[in-house]
Amino acid sequence: MNVIAARLPAPDSGGSFSAAFSWAFARDMRLAIRHPGETMLVVAFFVLVASLFPLGVGAEPQLLQRIGPGVIWVCALLSAFLSLPAMFASDYADGSLEQMSLSPQPMPGWVAGKIAAHWSASGLPLTLLSPLLGLQYDLAGDTLLALAAALALGTPVLSLLGAACTALTLGARGGGMLLALLALPLFIPVLVFGAGAAEAQASGLSAAPHLSILGAGLIVAAMALPPAVCAAVRIALD
Amino acid sequence: MTARLTVAGLAASRGPSTLFRDVSFEVASGEWLAVRGPNGSGKTTLLRCVAGLTRADRGEVLWDGAAARGDARFHASLLYAGHQPGIKDDLSAEENVRSALALRAVAVPDGAVRAALADVGLERRRHLPARRLSAGQRRRIGLARLILDPAALWALDEPLTALDDEGEGLFTRLLERHLATGGLAILATHDDLAPAPARELRIGA
Repeated sequence: MNVIAARLPAPDSGGSFSAAFSWAFARDMRLAIRHPGETMLVVAFFVLVASLFPLGVGAEPQLLQRIGPGVIWVCALLSAFLSLPAMFASDYADGSLEQMSLSPQPMPGWVAGKIAAHWSASGLPLTLLSPLLGLQYDLAGDTLLALAAALALGTPVLSLLGAACTALTLGARGGGMLLALLALPLFIPVLVFGAGAAEAQASGLSAAPHLSILGAGLIVAAMALPPAVCAAVRIALD
Repeated sequence: MTARLTVAGLAASRGPSTLFRDVSFEVASGEWLAVRGPNGSGKTTLLRCVAGLTRADRGEVLWDGAAARGDARFHASLLYAGHQPGIKDDLSAEENVRSALALRAVAVPDGAVRAALADVGLERRRHLPARRLSAGQRRRIGLARLILDPAALWALDEPLTALDDEGEGLFTRLLERHLATGGLAILATHDDLAPAPARELRIGA
């Protein structure tokens, strides 16, 4: 027993944004890999619902091409929503969130790391799968590309907005219902411009304006929302 | 290393009822404070106020004379463990310890984590996910953190819960070492520990 061994020197640095970011990202990715059910559920929901539509509305190519981008976007939005409650709930329940907020690491760092890990386990697989699902709707090559690009820019915004909403509903009874009421209306602009990008491309216009707006939205969300999430987490822990 | 925690005029309430008010104490290096009181008297709230998790209604917490809340030096010096000590079920004992230390920006030499887990009796179970460990063994993950983390201030809520006699002895030795090396501690506990507390704080009586 060497319990009485020499103590380590006290840490002098208070951590840094990048250290906090990579700590939280690596930890949450490891947890997502240990527990792949959640990511699988999100992906399976996305694939199943998007595949059910052609069966439901009939296999008429014009109709499918017309509704394709919108349907895929709605499916992506709902699947992203499905994965939201898990982002902070288990860390809140088992005390990890307390440990993180008391650590010398800057809070915006690990909050951003958690959001990035959440996107990598939900938005990213959806984005990568979307061209495959688009084929079911007989979408043209450039439309598929616009769809994937719009999802690549739009799903991180969903993760950021969703993080702020889940953090606000932490510890609230009936949090799931509250989360839907809070988050889904905020997702609407992302849906409008995201689906609009592929539709504009399909109708012979350029997707660039829609993608630019989504990109601008992503930048604003990435700057403004992590501090909001931090404030919401502090309130939840109080 | 000398450090001093000063709490002055602390008051907190839960809803309309006051839990405690005008709580003042001072703990210096080598001392520990026992927070005692019946269930629901606000021991946990007091610890959370000191740690800066809960905002007190009134009063201040000073670490070496400077306001503690939000101070990077205070957070680097504080090891807080509440009822839920932040152990992830899907990570192994070793991963839990490593993750907690990395979060606290503590660099440990190779083999130190394994040695600490051996000290707390988890060496053969260190690769099992924490969900497969018993309540007492999960507590021992927390003891391994106490061994490795150089934090000067311990704020621990019921640290002996679910520990057997041997585990209590281990905790007592860790506390002795902690105090002897200039650490200080605030423990909410119902038990009498071998290094006698420098002060006792009774709340809600």
